[in-house]
Amino acid sequence: MLSRNDFSATRRVILKGAGAVALIGLGNTALGGLPALAAANDKYPEDAFKQKSDADAIKALFGRAPEASDQVKLDAPEIAENGGVVPISVTTTLTEVTSIAFLVSENPNALAASYQIPAGTVPAVANRLKMAKTTNVIVVVEAGGKLYSATKEVKVTVGGCGG
Amino acid sequence: MASTIRVRATSNGDITEVQALIQHPMDSGFVKDAKGEIIPPHFIQRLTFEYDGKPVFIADWGTAVSKDPYVKFSFKGGKKGDEIKIGWIDNKGATDATSAKIQ
Repeated sequence: MLSRNDFSATRRVILKGAGAVALIGLGNTALGGLPALAAANDKYPEDAFKQKSDADAIKALFGRAPEASDQVKLDAPEIAENGGVVPISVTTTLTEVTSIAFLVSENPNALAASYQIPAGTVPAVANRLKMAKTTNVIVVVEAGGKLYSATKEVKVTVGGCGG
Repeated sequence: MASTIRVRATSNGDITEVQALIQHPMDSGFVKDAKGEIIPPHFIQRLTFEYDGKPVFIADWGTAVSKDPYVKFSFKGGKKGDEIKIGWIDNKGATDATSAKIQ
């Protein structure tokens, strides 16, 4: 016989599963032309995006810590007048790059974006991020199974998270 | 309905450069509205670019990506006149997809 607790735990698992299936199903129908979205066995790294600190987010995403490398070139402004829209880009001379992640150290959640770089794609990305205050921007490049990083402080005049 | 996705893909014969601009609020869940109530998080989680049946770029985004996000990348190959496909899904399960010809 199931006790009340067993039952609710089971129910939770089932609900979770149903939610995930619904999400994938939706992706499939609406993005019929994009089988890769559903076929990609690597899921959205929900846990890494929930981490507060940059170190925890990198650990959740990659499972280990990066080493600083001058082969990773991070381009960000010295001063950002509007923390809501900070243009940040990265290029690298490293080869066999498989992913590039952007983190903002003192944002409520440090991880901002994580990009998968399939073979044949140039290891360079430009995007625009929100910054709550003056803090470090960290970019982590995964290349040949190793992690490399570059860090730059950006001074923020008006934060982009407090509203 | 007009697409939320604007894409420009240009080939120099060797490398295709792709720039995308998407209309999306990218609400972080940390901002309050005029009444002092928290605006719940609403943001794109995954954006996929595909060429020739294969993904050429996959973006996983959190709430710290700016409103109306912009992203630029390049990939080797890609012929003028060929199509690339672009699609996103957000944390509420909403999606949009479009395609663009490489110029």
